[in-house]
Amino acid sequence: MSHAVWIMLVGSLAATACALVGCFLVLRKQAMMGDAISHSVLPGIVLAFLITESRAPIPMLIGAGSFGLLTAFLTGALERYGRLQPDASIGVTFTWLFAVGVIMVSAFTGQVDLDAECVLYGEIAASPWDIWLVGDRSMGPRAVWILGAITIANLAFVTFGFKHLKLCSFDPALASAVGMNVSLWHYLLMGFVSLTTVGAFESVGAILVVAMLIVPANTAYLLTDRLWRMIVLSVVFGVASAIGGYWLAATIDGSIAGAMAVMSGAYFLIVMFISPKHGVIAGYIARRHPFAAADAVVE
Amino acid sequence: MECAALNPPAVLISVSASLAPWLEFFTFRDINLRLILAGCVLLGISAGVLGCFAFLRKRSLLGDALAHSALPGVCAAFMLTGTKDPVIILIGATVSCWVGAISIDLITKHTRVKEESALGMVLSVFFGAGILMLTHIQRSGNASQAGLDKFLFGQASSMLDRDVWTLAIVGTIMLCAVALAYKEFKLISFDAEFGTALGLPTRMLEIALSTLIVLAVAIGLQAVGVVLMAAMLVTPAAAARYWTDHLGNMLLLSGFFGAISGAIGTYISYLGPRMPTGPWMVVAVTIVFLMSLLVAPKRGIIARVLLLRRIRRKTAEENILRTLYVTGEKEQRMDAPSSVAELQQFRTMNPWILDRTLDRLMDRGLVNETREGFFALTSDGIARGARLTRLHRLWELYLTRKLELAPDHVHDDAEEIEHIITPELEALLVAALDDPAVDPHAKKIPPAMDRESAIS
Repeated sequence: MSHAVWIMLVGSLAATACALVGCFLVLRKQAMMGDAISHSVLPGIVLAFLITESRAPIPMLIGAGSFGLLTAFLTGALERYGRLQPDASIGVTFTWLFAVGVIMVSAFTGQVDLDAECVLYGEIAASPWDIWLVGDRSMGPRAVWILGAITIANLAFVTFGFKHLKLCSFDPALASAVGMNVSLWHYLLMGFVSLTTVGAFESVGAILVVAMLIVPANTAYLLTDRLWRMIVLSVVFGVASAIGGYWLAATIDGSIAGAMAVMSGAYFLIVMFISPKHGVIAGYIARRHPFAAADAVVE
Repeated sequence: MECAALNPPAVLISVSASLAPWLEFFTFRDINLRLILAGCVLLGISAGVLGCFAFLRKRSLLGDALAHSALPGVCAAFMLTGTKDPVIILIGATVSCWVGAISIDLITKHTRVKEESALGMVLSVFFGAGILMLTHIQRSGNASQAGLDKFLFGQASSMLDRDVWTLAIVGTIMLCAVALAYKEFKLISFDAEFGTALGLPTRMLEIALSTLIVLAVAIGLQAVGVVLMAAMLVTPAAAARYWTDHLGNMLLLSGFFGAISGAIGTYISYLGPRMPTGPWMVVAVTIVFLMSLLVAPKRGIIARVLLLRRIRRKTAEENILRTLYVTGEKEQRMDAPSSVAELQQFRTMNPWILDRTLDRLMDRGLVNETREGFFALTSDGIARGARLTRLHRLWELYLTRKLELAPDHVHDDAEEIEHIITPELEALLVAALDDPAVDPHAKKIPPAMDRESAIS
């Protein structure tokens, strides 16, 4: 397969994995947790790197995953025991962890073949050359395998946990009244978000992860009121951003990850205006002709 | 990533005496150092003060989103002018932050997208656009672009005197603006609707406040960078909130916390040649935050745990006094002893806590141990038990009479309120119930009495 196709495949897999969990973040009004986790996994990654002295994916996933969960726990603890408002708890927690990560990177430069910039915007352009070798056989780019595995894991999580996640997102009070462990599902979701973040971060960078978690999900949110349709649509928008982003980056010669984020924003902007039910134009018309909507309901 | 530490040669040149570096810092002889220190402290103050307003309006993450959305403006300003003049870059960053702030506002207002989603989207899409432009500039081979990427993580050591002057002037203007419009900003932070009702131009004030926050972000970018600028807005304000309920004090404290973190960050990067200033500022301010979280009076965790413990102890003591009193009523002998087992039956209490509580009651002369394992009220204890029982039964009566609750539904509520009712409330209850003699369960309400009459 050609270089371009591999890159688009890596981008699409990252987008799919993110969209699957991103929808629930958006519905639970925890969109900024995605941003927080994507920054605060940095110390976990550096630690894994220092301990194993390699870029082996499993220790990195463990390191980053545990710091992602730590972020979720610390945020919860500050809110509960420190009586801090939610936005500030998130803000205090992740900036601090990120600062520690940046300090670790600069303190161990030389030992750590990582730089904070690549954490932020990734090296998707290099991913086709980072081949996974089993013995002497080439198995294709490593990123495809990692992101493929994470996508399957997220798909399984969303499929098997669909009912629980749905109820916990829309009506946590009812969920706990019928005996669901709401906080368990919260931390499970945060765990999968961390996993997705670290899996995607190496190839696409932390910022694209945030864009892919939130933007396609919100685009889909403006188009439908059904959860499963929202998930499918957000995957579609995610993949479309990956492909469109590659094209944009190739046209103006710039960062592919950045261009993918820009494309996802562009789709949102279009949908924001033209969405038939929740769009700006539809809303404007509905305000101008208040009876049109009522007529439509009667019909 | 280049590390944002001081230039070692510059430091070495200035070390004229044989002072140790950690002392040398405090002579402030190094011009370079003075500059960076001034820059970081000024930045800490302005971000700390403006951050309070974002915090109070529950929009702490706005700073994060705005800091990220400055990047396209920085790149665009460079692309248009080809220079890295601080004023031009500042204008670019401000305009771009502004567009970001307005986008967040418009998205939340005109669609059903929630505010935190809008923040996240603006943050990531604007930053993505910034990265796209930055990489485009870097690949276009323009040599003067070098150093533009310091806006990502900041590089305090690269601050020149005109950067610091820009910071100082803009910072002073901002602080003056806050001082001038203090009352108005206070009003829209706590109750914007009331402001509208008073005829204040709340919309304009909100825009002005957002602009000031945008400026605070924009001037801080060079020193601490996009990502960590958010921390300098949120964390000092969150820390200051633990210490005070007064906005003026909060602003002062938050500015002070920002300033000392700026100084500490500079100090650490002065000592450690590879230590970046910005991240250490953030770590310093977080330590200040954690200390406030723990030790602040009233709101701090330790203060609240102590208060809770005091209330729990008092409740446990009063529960035992009341149990002994009710037993005495049944036996018709107020100093009738009860065994520990009997007390356990009435009050499901951890045996260890029960023991400790009885010890405290004996220390205070409210309870006697008549023989091994049996406890009875002293005369003081009887008086306290009578008063608690009186409050309990008054409340039960109040609930049945005034709220028309069934008599078998009122005990649990009274069980809690008996620890809380003050003499003033008691007087009100007595007046409302016409000084009653019996409760809904036909039990006698002990009369209000002073210590002397309790003994008889």
